[in-house]
Amino acid sequence: MAQTTQIAVLGAGPGGYAAAFYAADLGMQVTLIDEEKNPGGVCLYRGCIPSKALLHVAKVVDEAAHASKWGVTYSAPAIDVDKLRAYKQGVVDKLTAGVGSVAKLRKVNYVQGRATIAGPKSLKVAGASGETEIQFEHLILATGSHPTKIPSLALDSPRMMDSTSGLELPDVPKSLLVVGGGYIGLELGTVYATLGSKVSVVEMTAGLLPGADRDLVQPLEKRLKALFSSIMLNTKVVKVAEEKDGIRVTFEGDVAEKEQLFDRVLVAIGRRPNSKVPGLETTRVKVDAKGFIETDPQRRTAEPSIFAIGDVAGEPMLAHKASHEARVAVEAIAGHKAVFEPQAIPAVVFTDPEIAWCGLTEAQAKEQGVDVDVAKFPWGALSRAITVDRPEGLTKLVLEKSTGRVLGVGISGSGAGELIAEGVLAIEMGASAEDLKMVIHPHPTLSESVMEAAEVFFGQSTHVYKPKRK
Amino acid sequence: MTEFKVPELGENVASGDVAKILINVGDTVKKEQPVIELETDKATIEVPSSVAGVVKEVKVKKGDKVQVGSVIFTVDDGAGNGAGKSAAAPAKPAEAKAEAKPEAPPEAQPEPKPEPRPDPKAEAKPESKPETKVLSMPQRQAADAAPPPAPAPAPAANVVPAAASPAVRRLAREIGVDINAVPGTGPAGRISQDDVKEHARRILSSVGSAGAPAAISARASRPMPDFAKWGEVVREPWSNIRRVTSEHLSYSWNTVPHVTQFDKADVTALEELRKKYKDQVVKAGGNLTVTAMLVKVLATALQKFPQFNASIDPERGEIIYKKYVNVGVAVDTDRGLLVPVIKDVSRKNITQIAVELQQLAEKARDRKLTVDEMSGGSMSLSNLGGIGGTYFTPIVNWPEAAILGVSRGGTEPVWRNNQFEPRQMLPLSLSYDHRLIDGADAIRFLRWVVEAIEQPFLLSLIG
Repeated sequence: MAQTTQIAVLGAGPGGYAAAFYAADLGMQVTLIDEEKNPGGVCLYRGCIPSKALLHVAKVVDEAAHASKWGVTYSAPAIDVDKLRAYKQGVVDKLTAGVGSVAKLRKVNYVQGRATIAGPKSLKVAGASGETEIQFEHLILATGSHPTKIPSLALDSPRMMDSTSGLELPDVPKSLLVVGGGYIGLELGTVYATLGSKVSVVEMTAGLLPGADRDLVQPLEKRLKALFSSIMLNTKVVKVAEEKDGIRVTFEGDVAEKEQLFDRVLVAIGRRPNSKVPGLETTRVKVDAKGFIETDPQRRTAEPSIFAIGDVAGEPMLAHKASHEARVAVEAIAGHKAVFEPQAIPAVVFTDPEIAWCGLTEAQAKEQGVDVDVAKFPWGALSRAITVDRPEGLTKLVLEKSTGRVLGVGISGSGAGELIAEGVLAIEMGASAEDLKMVIHPHPTLSESVMEAAEVFFGQSTHVYKPKRK
Repeated sequence: MTEFKVPELGENVASGDVAKILINVGDTVKKEQPVIELETDKATIEVPSSVAGVVKEVKVKKGDKVQVGSVIFTVDDGAGNGAGKSAAAPAKPAEAKAEAKPEAPPEAQPEPKPEPRPDPKAEAKPESKPETKVLSMPQRQAADAAPPPAPAPAPAANVVPAAASPAVRRLAREIGVDINAVPGTGPAGRISQDDVKEHARRILSSVGSAGAPAAISARASRPMPDFAKWGEVVREPWSNIRRVTSEHLSYSWNTVPHVTQFDKADVTALEELRKKYKDQVVKAGGNLTVTAMLVKVLATALQKFPQFNASIDPERGEIIYKKYVNVGVAVDTDRGLLVPVIKDVSRKNITQIAVELQQLAEKARDRKLTVDEMSGGSMSLSNLGGIGGTYFTPIVNWPEAAILGVSRGGTEPVWRNNQFEPRQMLPLSLSYDHRLIDGADAIRFLRWVVEAIEQPFLLSLIG
């Protein structure tokens, strides 16, 4: 049985389903293909969403523990892992079912199964009810990514976890080693530590969250040092071996104890694009050395009928980048001159405190030789941060020196992920520090820190006395 | 001290052999001055300097293979290495970008930076210069017309993106304006929708009279349909020659108001002469072809009709009359059309022309033509007669004023001496720039060419 469709979308994550829905909204006939029952992809099933549900719980536990400082003392929490897992699963089910029903309302033809590309105009899907051939005018590849595996950490043991199995929350191990000090490792480490595990983090480079400006990472690092039992920087895992009581891990680098035993090991060293799509070789789609599918600014591959978006189409591997690319690709297919040219893609680390940044970082400005001014507003002077007893945050603006134009924004602190959107808007609109300074921000909120950081640039911050150097 | 490196040479050209070094240690070089000749697999390219100063050291010798980015020579400009940076500019943005993305674990990849924006100047230069190789004028012109009348962007321009909101960027893209070239009038140089429209208007009015709106046309081309919808297609990159030919012919077509007139020449007598003397020419190392003879005819006609040996300069409101007579001959090669030019034809006899034509055609096919050998024509000749056809409408090879197209000759009944006689007739098509040449003059020119062919004596009478 052969079906025909104007647009086939392979992979129903936040890139794929956004593409399918937008194409349907533009009046195109759309087929969305994924192995899961509902759209959602890694983000909804095994990534952003379940991790945020668990991090929310971790935050409540943490705040309850801190409340004794404020004269309210709770007893230690009793954690029912099954119920917690069910809550998380409920969140996932609710969202994926919701996306599924929106797909139906839009009359998107959702096909569950595993696809094999059969040339530039057709593919086959093997599903529960047999094989379906789908002929398309255009195909959007949104096949996503998977956790990176490396040989030195390859050990077939239930004690070894990656981000997917870590989010399954099999139990709360007594001790957990997180390999990788990036955002996935730190987020999951935070969850497990708050639930009661003794968490150690091992990171190959000299600092957590490589790529983020150090002054933004610093408040988090301070807090994580208290929460985790150890943070091993400049350290590599060279061997893992299963023993009766756990995983014996051998380290190399700046660490005293070269061998340690852990109940579980969580490997979170990055993700790799899913570009090994079966049958891709029947097209002219090109894959680069890192495994990303090569595309032009419209996200069109070397095969004119095929587009690629999201993790499989390049860094940064973030859901919101994928859904934006989805719109670009669909508009290009619809004949518009859309291109992917964001001025800023926000990155958010949902630890506590959160870290978020967008546009040019201070470190990048230095590397690229862009002449910038950096204006920082410490949350110690921010009333809202004091009221919630979280004064350790920082808001900073990276500004073009000659004009004060906002080129980058970095925020570290509770709720930074919500605040960063203003920074993205400022950069995309070409706003200057003067603009931010003159926009009224509600009091008392954390958002005032953005306005006050702009005031710092002019040496006129209400709450920070820092006259401008003459 | 500043280094001069081989700039980007164009699509698919990464290296070349040094064919000639045009400078010596101690010479004072100026910007734009040709410094080496590079032989690439496409053509011989004269590479102009992007630096100025006294040549301190020449780092290559004739025959060396050099790559884009290889250092050719150094100059002492006494001003640090500022200019050196700009000399190597084409390569820089990409490098800077690569370095800016270290091996950070992908999960924390904070790369919200868009593509670094190319410095419009840096882009224009390496593109336009090396491509002077086949026919330099149109590209020069286009490049001159292209730069925005705006003030130059800030030094950091290649890193900092244009200050324009997404909606403004979209507008620019849709009307085919490079957002990075638009001067912003808002605070912090912000670009508004009005700025984009104003910039577009300025480009259109500045280029309007001179011809093709070069700055716009490149990007404002209409979207291509997806041909694969209708069947299998194969996509292949454009060769450099194809691209230069395309740009040049588009420019000619858009600039020159073309008229084409047709006539036939009786070549029966000429053919007899050709057969009679061809062995003699072969001995001299040439081939006595119709083309060689027509080159001589054209050279003589050009002397008689000076408006055909002229170019129009609308900028200065002048007509340039040339006192030299050079005739270009279109040569079909496996890489595309090349037009070598035979110089000073009026001082050469047909045997000399035939020999030279033979040599130039061989060079064209062996990719050995130099830029010099392909420029400076008064008029061009395109003989398709060897292949076939009756008439065609050749495109004037701007900045020349006319081109003669020759099709296949054949035996025809011609009314002559009160009866039909079988005569060998050669179809001729003359295209000309109607700005310079009136129709009556054109047909007078063509008639003269026809008569000279029919009465070869006319050549020696006048030529």
